[in-house]
Amino acid sequence: MDGTNSLRNGPDEHGRFGIYGGRFVAETLMPLILDLEKEYRAAKVDPVYQAQIKDLATHYTGRPSPLYYAERLSQHLGGAKVWFKREELNHTGSHKINNCLGQILLAKRMGKTRIIAETGAGQHGVATATVCAKFDLPCTIFMGATDVERQMPNVLRMKMLGAEVRPVTAGAGTLKDAMNEALRDWVTNVENTYYLIGTAAGPHPYPEMVRDFQSVIGTELKEQFRELEGKLPDAVVACVGGGSNAIGTFHAFLDDPEVAIYGAEAGGHGVDVENGHAASMTGGRPGVLHGNRTYLLQDADGQILEGHSISAGLDYPGVGPEHSYLHDTKRVTYVPITDNEALEAFQLCTRMEGIIPALESAHGLAQVIKLAPTLGKDKSVVLCLSGRGDKDVESVGKYLGLLK
Amino acid sequence: MTTRIDRAFAAAKAANRPAFVTYVMGGDPDLATSQAILNALPQAGADIIELGLPFSDPMADGVAIQMGGQRALKAGQTLLGLLGMVEEFRRKDENTPIVLMGYYNPIYSFGVDRFLAAAKEAGIDGLIIVDLPAEEDNELCIPALKAGINFIRLTTPTTNDQRLPVVLENTSGFVYYVSMTGVTGAAIKSRAAVGEAVQRIKAHTDLPVAVGFGIKTAEDAAEIGKHADGIVVGTVLVEAVAKTLVDGKATDRTVAAVRDLVADIAAGVKRART
Repeated sequence: MDGTNSLRNGPDEHGRFGIYGGRFVAETLMPLILDLEKEYRAAKVDPVYQAQIKDLATHYTGRPSPLYYAERLSQHLGGAKVWFKREELNHTGSHKINNCLGQILLAKRMGKTRIIAETGAGQHGVATATVCAKFDLPCTIFMGATDVERQMPNVLRMKMLGAEVRPVTAGAGTLKDAMNEALRDWVTNVENTYYLIGTAAGPHPYPEMVRDFQSVIGTELKEQFRELEGKLPDAVVACVGGGSNAIGTFHAFLDDPEVAIYGAEAGGHGVDVENGHAASMTGGRPGVLHGNRTYLLQDADGQILEGHSISAGLDYPGVGPEHSYLHDTKRVTYVPITDNEALEAFQLCTRMEGIIPALESAHGLAQVIKLAPTLGKDKSVVLCLSGRGDKDVESVGKYLGLLK
Repeated sequence: MTTRIDRAFAAAKAANRPAFVTYVMGGDPDLATSQAILNALPQAGADIIELGLPFSDPMADGVAIQMGGQRALKAGQTLLGLLGMVEEFRRKDENTPIVLMGYYNPIYSFGVDRFLAAAKEAGIDGLIIVDLPAEEDNELCIPALKAGINFIRLTTPTTNDQRLPVVLENTSGFVYYVSMTGVTGAAIKSRAAVGEAVQRIKAHTDLPVAVGFGIKTAEDAAEIGKHADGIVVGTVLVEAVAKTLVDGKATDRTVAAVRDLVADIAAGVKRART
C-alpha cells in the first residue's frame, strides 16, 4: 500500500510529518541543508551509491543481523513468543553504524573534509569515529560531560579510533547540550564540515534520511520472520530516545494494521516526577528545538527541560518528528519505562539469554516483559535489540551495588 | 506611515553616520537592573535596541550571550516579563525602536497570535528570530507583517546571490548581515569582505543593511560603519554586565559600565564617515 492513505509517505516537500518536522535553523545553515537534500535525492536513485551501501552492510557491518527466538525468556514470561532482532551484533555494537555508513558516503560525495557528531551513550560517537577512521576523515564528537563520565568505555573507543571527544559542560551535560554545541561548531565551520546527526531528528532532510538508512532493520525483520513463521509478527517493540532504531524497526510495518507497534520512552524516576524523566511524548508538548517541531519536555514558558534517564542514549528532551506524528495518529503506542524497570529487564535478559543488552534496549525489553504475558502462546513479539550493554556494565554495577 | 525603525535609520542617514544598534539580554543580570540598562541606552547613544529573549538552548550564541541568557532565566525572566520591560520603557520613550531577538520556541509556546497582539501593545517594533529561516515564513513572519511588526531577517556569508531574493522577500525594517559564519561574539576575519557583502545585499534591496556579530570596539564600529547603514553591538555589552557582577549579583557599577561602553562605541559610530 503506497497510496494516499499510507503512513509511509512522509515527509512532504517542506520536510513535515503532519505538523512536525520542518527546517528551523539559522540562515547560515539553510543553503547547506538545501544542498544536502539535493545530494541525498540524487544518491537515493544512484545505483553506485546504493551498491556501496549494500556492500558495506554485508562485509563491514555484518548484515543481515539475525532474528533470534528468545526461548527461555518466552517460557519464563509464559505468553507470546519473544524474538530479538539482533542489531547489537552489528560492527560497533549497535544499529548506529547503519546510518553512519550512509551519511559518510554522502559527506564524501559533497566533498566535505571534516565530520562532527553529537553522542549521548557514545554508540553513535563510536560508529561515527569508526566510519571516519575507515574513510580517513578527521572527526570531532561532542558529548555531554555527564555522559563522558557514565560511558567511559565508549569515550576510550572513540579516542582510540582517532576522534577528538569534546566534553560539553553547558546545562546538565547530556545529549541536548552536546547537540547545541555541535550546531554551534557547524555554524562556524559550515564550509568544510558535515554534521553526521545520529538520530532521526533535526532539520529536514535528516529525519527522513536517518529513517531510510535505519529502515533496513524492519525490512529484514519482516522478511526473516515471514521465512521462519510464514506470517507477520503480532507486535514490534523498540526503545525511543531520538528514535532512530525505533523508526527503522517500525517503518516497514506502518501500513500493516494487524501489527501492533510499541515505542518505549525513558520514564526515568516516573513521569509524575517533574524533570525526572525523558518521556517527551507521554510528558511533553509540541515545540521547536534543534531544527524541528516535535514533542518536547518544556516548562510553561517554552524553556526546554533537561529530563533524566538512567540511559544516556535516551536522556534527551525531544524525539524525532515522525514519532510525534505517529503518536498523534495513534499508529504507534508510546509507553514510559522507568529506570528500575529497565534495570530489571537488563538483568533478566543477561541471566536468561546470555545477552547483555544496552540500557537503552532494556527499556524496549521491559515493555516486551509487560506485553508478552498478555498475549497467547501463538502470538509473537519482536524487540529491536538495538545495542549491546558492554558500555553499561560499570554503571549498572554501581546501581546494583556490585561496585563500590 | 513610517515606522520607528524607518525614522531611526533616516535620522542617522541625515546625520551622515550609520545607525547604532545595541543588543542587551532582557532580564540580565536581574529584572530591575536590566530595566535600568534598557532605559539608559538611548541617552548613551543607541539608535535602535535589540532586546534578547532568553532561551534555554541558544544554538547560535557564543558563551557570553549564553551566560547572559542563563542569568536572565535564573532571575525569573519570562516572555511576559520581557514584554513588561518594553511597556515600562515606552512610558518614557516613544521614539527608540525595540526589536525582540531570540528563538522561536518561547513564542510558539505562548501562542503566535496572542504574542503578536501583546508585542504590538507593549510597543515592540520588530522581531529577529534566529531559527526561523525564509522556508518557515508561515510560522511567524507573515503573521507578524500582518500585525504591523517588522520581521528582520539575518543574511550570512553563506546566503549567495541566488538565495538572497528568497531571504529578502518578506524582510522588512532592515536587513541584518551576519558578518561571519559563526556564533555571536566570534572575531571578524576580513573587514573588506564585510563591505563587499553589504554592497552585494544592497544591490538586491532598498532596505537599510546593518552589520552585526564581531563588532567589539569603537574602532570596529568606525571601520565597519563606513559601508553599512547600521552596526550592531551585543556580546561586549553582555560581557560588560558580567564583569561588574559580584557573586553573580549586580553592583552599582553594572548600569554605568554598559552606559559608558555604549557611549564610547557611539563615538566611533559618529566618526565612521568622517
